[in-house]
Amino acid sequence: MKKLLLLGNEAVGQGVLDAGLSGAYGYPGTPSTEIIEYIQRNPEAEERGVHKTWSTNEKTAMESALGMSYVGKRTIVTMKHVGLNVAADAYMNSALTGANGGLIVAVADDPSMHSSQNEQDSRFYAKFALLPAFEPSNQQEAYDMCFSAYEISEKYKIPAMMRLTTRLSHSRAGVVKKEAIKENEMHLPEKRDQFMLLPAFARKKYQHLLAIQNDLNKESENSQYNVYTDGKDKSLGIIVCGLAYNYLMENIKDAPIKHPILKISQYPLPKKQIEKLVSECDKILVIEEGMPFVEEMLKGFLGKGINIKGRLDGTLPRAGELNPKLVRNALGLQELRSESIPEVVSGRPPALCTGCPHIDTYKMINAVTAKYGKGHVFSDIGCYTLGYMPPYNAINTCVDMGASITMAIGAADAGFFPSIATIGDSTFGHSGMTGLLDAVDCNANVVIVIMDNDTTAMTGMQDSQVNGKIEKICMGLGVEKEHIRIVVPLSRNHEENVKIFQEEIDYKGVSVVIPRRPCIHVYKKSMRK
Amino acid sequence: MKKDIILAGVGGQGILSIATIIGYAAIESGLNLKQAEVHGMSQRGGDVQSHLRISDKEINSDLIPQGGADVILSVEPMEALRYKPYLSSEGWFITNSTPFVNIPDYPDMEVIISEIDKFKNKVLLDGDKIAKELGSARSMNVVILGAASSFLDIPYEKLEEGIKFIFARKGEAVINANLNAMKAGREMAEKSK
Ligand SMILES: Cc1ncc(C[n+]2csc(CCOP(=O)(O)OP(=O)(O)O)c2C)c(N)n1
Ligand code: SF4
Repeated sequence: MKKLLLLGNEAVGQGVLDAGLSGAYGYPGTPSTEIIEYIQRNPEAEERGVHKTWSTNEKTAMESALGMSYVGKRTIVTMKHVGLNVAADAYMNSALTGANGGLIVAVADDPSMHSSQNEQDSRFYAKFALLPAFEPSNQQEAYDMCFSAYEISEKYKIPAMMRLTTRLSHSRAGVVKKEAIKENEMHLPEKRDQFMLLPAFARKKYQHLLAIQNDLNKESENSQYNVYTDGKDKSLGIIVCGLAYNYLMENIKDAPIKHPILKISQYPLPKKQIEKLVSECDKILVIEEGMPFVEEMLKGFLGKGINIKGRLDGTLPRAGELNPKLVRNALGLQELRSESIPEVVSGRPPALCTGCPHIDTYKMINAVTAKYGKGHVFSDIGCYTLGYMPPYNAINTCVDMGASITMAIGAADAGFFPSIATIGDSTFGHSGMTGLLDAVDCNANVVIVIMDNDTTAMTGMQDSQVNGKIEKICMGLGVEKEHIRIVVPLSRNHEENVKIFQEEIDYKGVSVVIPRRPCIHVYKKSMRK
Repeated sequence: MKKDIILAGVGGQGILSIATIIGYAAIESGLNLKQAEVHGMSQRGGDVQSHLRISDKEINSDLIPQGGADVILSVEPMEALRYKPYLSSEGWFITNSTPFVNIPDYPDMEVIISEIDKFKNKVLLDGDKIAKELGSARSMNVVILGAASSFLDIPYEKLEEGIKFIFARKGEAVINANLNAMKAGREMAEKSK
């Protein structure tokens, strides 16, 4: 059968489509973005009328997906790992309401922080919520697991997580399609109280969730994705999760080892197999991408009892993603010969593109703030975060989406002046609006700079929900019309922009300055049309 | 048969197109393939690389092990050197010679050339110049692909089909420009071998 050449993310997109998807929700974020993008450009999705537009943030996406599940349809919500922090309220509570139509929560983790602020491991969330999770080791599994995840989700009426990591999300391989399943007919939950979390109902639901844990464990024990390969040499047993399995096989394919190997790709952890491995082997090596999740559970707080090797004892690095070389070292195999990087090679960090509108905005800000000394500009996440770097040195913070505005409020509350926030248009929609309402509510002395480049540039030019509506939103939240100032960040407007910005700094209250000019890539695209 | 190829360059220089052409050709030749690429932050003018693995057997890791690559194929000379730890001792080092200077401390070209000289098997060619002479400056990446084409163990016609496939929507003129670019790169590499 002919194979489709798909990224891990695309395999999930194709998988859910073939498994009867009716709607996909998500907010962009590397490395998760291509799941929705694939569905968006899929002609069949278009024909079927599958919902596939971006949501304002991960929480709204998760809740919309929950609504689609409520009416009995199969749905997926996608996000990067930190997106699950934003959607966590909905995700945790969805463990109690459960699902009606199949619900997949696809979360892409970014160990080594290639494009992220941290490297948290979403498996902790699945365990925290007491929900099952799938962790594909390759593109074919990513595809196949969409079918399995919907089955589990509908069988137990709970959401199922699909945990991906950067190297699988962004690696292509051949995938064989299965026969497609029809979309579900619309049907309401059998019980009217299923999605009602008044405490009296919630307590019962929590008991139910606890009661099915055993069944979920059985599902894991019988899962086709959790594979126990026995071996004669019990001096060591190997537990290997998700993508890490490939690094293990890479190193032993030409010289097979005789240790038992347990591959895990479905959670909760399969108890039976782990018990067998631990009781038969002298030592256990745990190889997992992300944090030492399995390792910590097996080791326990005091680390007495089982002899466990992994990220906690230095057999593998505590932080960062795995690779074939690290796994080879952990196995104690001879290192492959390799040379080092010549000294002349210098770093080439990412930078704002030549002609980027953010550059002119930072020039404007720097021209005004210089006289007030250092540290006055709070910022946020997007291309404009690169304004921290020389030659701009314009901003000082980047924490989580929306934090620029609210940190500026806190600093202003302490009497810090001027207190300035810079935030991108998409980030403003994601999590800036509520902060702006706080600012208005306490009449904080802040200047909020909403850098409107007409797109979500950092993650690859997705539509931004607030485009065309920013001034109206600000007015609606209570910012005074005279203090919503639009400037065009171009060098020829520099003097005028500096004057406007200074006026708003001098105003005691909430000001919004909107530098508006499209990202040059958006501009180029519009010129080509 | 197994070919592990590191593709290297700077965000926006077109290494993902090279990967797609080779990938298409490999699949059409009935081979297995895995290709890890970089999305996100680094695409903003940072260093980007792609690990392309082709084999007639099952491929395990999405990443090429250090010391295991058969070819480094780079559209930028300093970026090519960055992946030296990946190249096997018998591997081929194939790179464009025109630097892409977007950092203040870009090293001396002489030092770069002397580092490149240390490789046993290498092809160094000015892809930018060749592409310009052909009247299609944007095909530099495909010129370099052409230079590497005889080291990939993939029939040349399949690579041509790959070009026709990925540029199909752009019309005959763009397809021909890229076919010529690949041919010019291949001829140049033959000469310098
Ligand atoms: C909670 C969360 N979701 C998603 C992301 C990924 N992300 C980083 S920046 C960004 C959007 C940036 O868009 P915008 O604010 O318009 O700025 P631009 O890049 O266009 O300058 C996204 C989606 C993230 N870091 N955190
Ligand atoms: S992609 Fe657009 S917004 Fe981002 S740095 Fe380049 S020009 Fe600026």
